[in-house]
Amino acid sequence: MASTGTSLHNRRKLVNTIMASLTSVCALLVTLLLLLIIGYIAVRGISSLSIQFLIDTPKPVGEGGGIGNAIVGSVMMTLFASVIGLPVGIAAGVYLSEYGRNWYGNIGRFVADTLIGIPSIIVGIFIYTAVVLPMGRQSGLAGSLALAVIIIPIVARTTEEMIRLVPNSMREGALALGAPHWRVSWNIVLPAAASGIATGAMLAIARVTGETAPLLFTALNSRFYNYYLDQPMSSLTVQIFNYATGPFEVEHAMAWAATLVLVAAILVINIFVRTLTRKRY
Amino acid sequence: MMVENSMPTLSRFGIGFLAGMEWKPAQEEFGALPFIYGTVVSSLIAVLLAVPVSIGVAVFLVEQAPKSVARPIAFMVELLAAIPSVVYGLWGIFVLAPFIREYLGPFLQTSLGFLPLFQGRLTGIGMLTGGIILALMITPIVTAVVRDVLEAVPVTQREAALALGATKWETTTIVLGNAASGIAGSVVLGLGRAIGETMAVTMVIGNSPQISASLFEPANTIASLLAANFAEATDKLYLSALIEIGLVLFLVTFVVNALAKLLIMSVASGPDRAKHT
Amino acid sequence: MTFKKTVYMTMVIAVVLTVIIGAGCSGQKMGDGQNTTTTAGSTIQLQGSGATFPKPIYEKWASEYGKVNPTVKIDYQGNGSGAGQKAILAKTSDFGASDDPMSDDDLKTASGEILHIPTVLGAVVITYNLDGVKEPLKLSAQTISDIYLGNVKKWNDEKIKAENPDVTLPDADILPVYRADASGTSAVFTDFLSKTVPEWKQKVGMNKQPSWITGVGVGAKGNDGVMGQVKQTPNSIGYVELTFAKANNLPTAEIKNKAGKFVSASLDSVSAAAAGSVAAMPADLRTQITNADGDGAYPISSYTYILVYKDQTDAVKGKALVDFLWWATHDGEKFGKELHYAPLPADVVKKVEGKIASITNGGKPLRQ
Repeated sequence: MASTGTSLHNRRKLVNTIMASLTSVCALLVTLLLLLIIGYIAVRGISSLSIQFLIDTPKPVGEGGGIGNAIVGSVMMTLFASVIGLPVGIAAGVYLSEYGRNWYGNIGRFVADTLIGIPSIIVGIFIYTAVVLPMGRQSGLAGSLALAVIIIPIVARTTEEMIRLVPNSMREGALALGAPHWRVSWNIVLPAAASGIATGAMLAIARVTGETAPLLFTALNSRFYNYYLDQPMSSLTVQIFNYATGPFEVEHAMAWAATLVLVAAILVINIFVRTLTRKRY
Repeated sequence: MMVENSMPTLSRFGIGFLAGMEWKPAQEEFGALPFIYGTVVSSLIAVLLAVPVSIGVAVFLVEQAPKSVARPIAFMVELLAAIPSVVYGLWGIFVLAPFIREYLGPFLQTSLGFLPLFQGRLTGIGMLTGGIILALMITPIVTAVVRDVLEAVPVTQREAALALGATKWETTTIVLGNAASGIAGSVVLGLGRAIGETMAVTMVIGNSPQISASLFEPANTIASLLAANFAEATDKLYLSALIEIGLVLFLVTFVVNALAKLLIMSVASGPDRAKHT
Repeated sequence: MTFKKTVYMTMVIAVVLTVIIGAGCSGQKMGDGQNTTTTAGSTIQLQGSGATFPKPIYEKWASEYGKVNPTVKIDYQGNGSGAGQKAILAKTSDFGASDDPMSDDDLKTASGEILHIPTVLGAVVITYNLDGVKEPLKLSAQTISDIYLGNVKKWNDEKIKAENPDVTLPDADILPVYRADASGTSAVFTDFLSKTVPEWKQKVGMNKQPSWITGVGVGAKGNDGVMGQVKQTPNSIGYVELTFAKANNLPTAEIKNKAGKFVSASLDSVSAAAAGSVAAMPADLRTQITNADGDGAYPISSYTYILVYKDQTDAVKGKALVDFLWWATHDGEKFGKELHYAPLPADVVKKVEGKIASITNGGKPLRQ
């Protein structure tokens, strides 16, 4: 009796150690791969990176050129897409988790899951037909709308999952104190899930910042600085795509440099949002 | 809208569209099966590779690593999500494909070569390369969501389990069990990205619409077919075929999502879950 | 800062931003709508999109023309020949660009007459990745066709050996790489093979996106995709545009032309191919010049086109476009050389002049 107890104990300890080292190996593997990719980007991109590169507009091959207008375009379109997409997505997520435990909630969830799986290029085609053709030209607005369509289901689903995890006791406590349902959702549940929602929002924004396909037919691209959303607008990803698919080595180097800028920008946004939402705790 | 636009091929090919093996726009022959196969298999490879690793990373970050180690790693993993797919594609061509051709492929052929999965010529371009690139791309998404889900599980549960004498790993399994629905959500997100991914896959999968048992052979996915051709197609019947295959993609997404959920649910409601909740 | 306050602040910022941006949009729209007449004197922006092949030279032209005529801003975006054709049909661009002439069916669906203005010449080259092979391979249409049809599977096949008696070819499987996307490059490549090899014409045919033989080779997206694949995969073969091969010092094969000579692709051999086909050029200038006559002609050559409506709806924009086209096909040609584009033959420039002169606004010619 005593001996089986010890062997069981030993086995449990062994399993514990094995699993602990396995998870560490996973973390190590992913970190290594990431360093490999980022290192690869950095090595290939750093040589073309300069202040001039960051403020210049694209130029014919052999005359330099940069990504200044692409940065402005990316910032404007991502911002506008977030302004549209985040509130809608979060609201949808709150609805799905707090009120959506019925058949139309299930339909909403199914639609969101399916929308997430749609290739972004289809979103681009959809916006092309719905916005670009009636407007008569490609525009930053169309690009932003395409990105917003991608943001909404991602944010909705992550918001829902995060809100689900808020303990029911918190809701019950607030309801017991006489708070109306919407107040509980808005003042109790939403703040409690804030960090998770922020992650969802971050992931969604990171995802659309890296999207090329939906912008190709909607925002197109531009050689010039453009601050009007009804004109074709440049973006980092389309510019990277352009540079990366060109025939010349200088263009390829610029593609890597622009990627480096993009990844750095995401890092900065990420840190910013994280610190903003962490303060609460 | 999509159904309406795909009527020309729907009425002309009917159900044969789904089962057809040949995709020859020039001869007006459209069969979607190789693309469905490629989409499902490449996404499955991606999920099979990425989900266990991602859960491992998330568990490491939340349950084991000290905050000072966990934070920078978490940041870096999230960064992976921001890299544009073009870049993954380029990295795939220049680094991953040669690696598979020179090292991983020969290794798999000598150790597991008796399986039809790992037979055939090695070019570095094909289903496996596509699947691995996809796995890399969905890892940050799955990791980030699983991590947040784990963090959201109340500390009291862990304390209770530890107080009852459970080891750290046993505690983790309880936490994982309670987080199952959230983890399923993360898999859905990951699958969604894998199924819909276009640029990177197009660059490494070989774009050949065939069904081959070997993972080293080139294949093609619905998304990469659409990415390569939608913008350029002008012929009516061809456009209609592309739209219909877009519809098929909805269907595939739905089926694969359902499968993933069933899988997660069955794992989560196993004996462990029953005991602890 | 609590989360609540953050949310409120974000919302306020969002609303303010939306209002500002919205105002900006509507303000802009009033002065610059699609079909309103642009006022003379202000800056005129011309939007073009389409073929990626001439992108480097069109960008160069846009920049150089900005120096000659600072009031005209030209924005060209290379997103593919098919996209260029779609853009001109849907009128989302002021001019389209395509390597491949538009089909009769597509031209019929247009809301007005579309003109094809040839701008420069290019070529499709066969490139390969063969370790230890220094001298350029010599290939005939028959051999290229056999490789892409899967009839010739090894590099040391008798057919390849017969054309390259002095080259030691490896006993390795050939991996053909083709374009997976619809592409003018594929159209030119398959046009050449269809004209010369009956088996090719019957099994694959001439198409922007032909039906490749299943199980033979791999597809890649874009010229850069094919180039990357060939560079990275030993014993592969692929076809890309001349500019890509020249800019990256890729090995290129000498191709057997109609006169039976093996010719490598160069600006001269491409010009020779155009010269050999000027007489046969139809009135609408839509033509393929593969397998052209002449000893020095490179057989897989092609024009690239700018697509414009014959009747322009906006007089000021139309005038700017006409002047730009004139400048590009005359003064602009000299920028082609260092970017590896061959200039139009003098006889073709004459025909182009006639086309540009025929562009009108409400019946009035725009070129004086």
